[in-house]
Amino acid sequence: MSAMTEIALQAPPATRSRGYWATVGRRILRDKVSLVCAVILIAIFLSAICAPWLGLADPYQGSMIRRLRHIGTVGYPLGTDELGRDMLARLIYGGRLSLIIGILPVILAFVIGTSLGLVAGYVGGKVNTAIMRTIDVFYAFPSVLLAIAISGALGAGIVNSIVSLTVVFIPQITRVSESVTTSVRNMDFVEAARASGAGPFTIMRVHMLGNVLGPIFVYATGLISVSMILAAGLSFLGLGTKPPEPEWGLMLNTLRTAIYVNPWVAALPGVMIFAVSIGFNLLSDGLRSAMDIRN
Amino acid sequence: MFIYIARRIVYVIPILISVALVCFMLVHITPGDPLVAVLPADASQELADQMRAAYGFDRPLPVQFGLWLWRALNGDLGHSIATGRPVLAEVMRAVGNTVMLAVAAALIGFTLGLFFGLIAGYFRDTWIDKVATSIAIAGVSVPHYWLGMVLVIIFSVQLSWLPAVGAGPGGSAAWAWDWEHIRYLILPAITTSVIPMGIVTRTVRALTGDILSQDFVEALRAKGLRETGVFRHVIKNAAPTAMAVMGLQLGYMLGGSILIETVFSWPGSGLLLNSAIFQRDLPLLQGTILVLAMFFVILNLLVDIAQAAIDPRIKRS
Repeated sequence: MSAMTEIALQAPPATRSRGYWATVGRRILRDKVSLVCAVILIAIFLSAICAPWLGLADPYQGSMIRRLRHIGTVGYPLGTDELGRDMLARLIYGGRLSLIIGILPVILAFVIGTSLGLVAGYVGGKVNTAIMRTIDVFYAFPSVLLAIAISGALGAGIVNSIVSLTVVFIPQITRVSESVTTSVRNMDFVEAARASGAGPFTIMRVHMLGNVLGPIFVYATGLISVSMILAAGLSFLGLGTKPPEPEWGLMLNTLRTAIYVNPWVAALPGVMIFAVSIGFNLLSDGLRSAMDIRN
Repeated sequence: MFIYIARRIVYVIPILISVALVCFMLVHITPGDPLVAVLPADASQELADQMRAAYGFDRPLPVQFGLWLWRALNGDLGHSIATGRPVLAEVMRAVGNTVMLAVAAALIGFTLGLFFGLIAGYFRDTWIDKVATSIAIAGVSVPHYWLGMVLVIIFSVQLSWLPAVGAGPGGSAAWAWDWEHIRYLILPAITTSVIPMGIVTRTVRALTGDILSQDFVEALRAKGLRETGVFRHVIKNAAPTAMAVMGLQLGYMLGGSILIETVFSWPGSGLLLNSAIFQRDLPLLQGTILVLAMFFVILNLLVDIAQAAIDPRIKRS
């Protein structure tokens, strides 16, 4: 045993190699724009989660005598809405529902689309044709139209709007997943895994997923930005949640009548949607360049 | 070229049929009886059955689809439940206004997008690039319905320069190309243009960067070609892809206009869709979506053909 340690000690110290994801993480932390976006997004998320413990006013409690106060009014830092409810509280509480209906569809589509793409790309042949031609049909609709068609047919409601957005995003993620899988399928390491007796499920899970996950993750991060806008848009049209629930899109809709009285308070919920959307967009760009290790 | 076009058209037919199937199924995923909106609340069972037979809802689904598709091919998309007028006539009247809005927005968005994209790609990693890229990111991330509201707040509420809603003093029927009417188009068109502006900027910037890093550009410069000449080569090489992206964006503007038309009460297909949804006017909902999706598919086909016409490499693949 001592001889072994002798040899080990004599060997030149191995250069410390980090894992791929550790490298990506380090590169992201050096990117100032991504870092700022991440901090802002985390702040919005945390405030939404911790809303009940932040000592805010009741977001449902209105008052007829203090409707549409301006931004900066004492006691109402962001003013009050058309029913006299505190805007700050409603914007922070609104994050809870808005973030869920904006992000959940992307997560669901991520899981379903990635699996569909893996199967289509790996199995190939008739299975690929069946899956990808079905996907093509959904590409024949502009995404806004498809989301509104499905949720308009299903009727208003949070679950329906999540379902419709998930259906809109599945084809997009499936296409990315399928094209990456197809390009990896015939590489030597997959051949090697197959030769050493790995079954199709193992190959897909162990060897394909690792390669596919990166590009899809970047894509899905950018998709959250679209999803936030569309989800709030559905609520804005009246297809999402119902009053008096605080939700950014719905708040924008109900405050629309107040633009002649107190325009800037009416515009506030849109600022939140914009902030989250641009944050995820920039984060997706940052991730993409951080994951492109060749640079 | 002729063979290429013929092949593309043949590929599109199954897509069109599937799109029709999706539109047909929309009515059947709606919860509740589709007759609810037509029947009085105290209708007898007998009347309900009569109506069901009249609308064909008593037949098996594939038969219903076949009949519906056949009528649709003959231009009969049924009648609107709310107004009783033929759906196709209602949709076509509204689509005209949407096309007008989309074309105006395309003129603004594509011009700015091409300009920002070219200069950002050409002056890569300079402050010009950073400014143009930031504008593009803001354009694709902004909730456009909110931007519409903000523009109304600034230009209608605060400055009273432009009207907030509608399509002119006499409604859309009395449209004319004079300032009195064009004023109404400005805000909705600017609002619609921000997303395509952002996307075209990002696409063209990436294209320009790629082209400039290719060897032939180096060769052109070594040969002594002036920068304006190099620029011409960049534009020529970027054109096919940029055009395809712009075609797709035009399609998105036509089909995805509902939010902006709702904000501005612009009497186009989006506003029609909105009222169809909230009046539970299913034939109108189905018909509007079908027409818009058909437009989108055909526009994509035209873009593909145009792209092949200017870029011979595409036909070969």
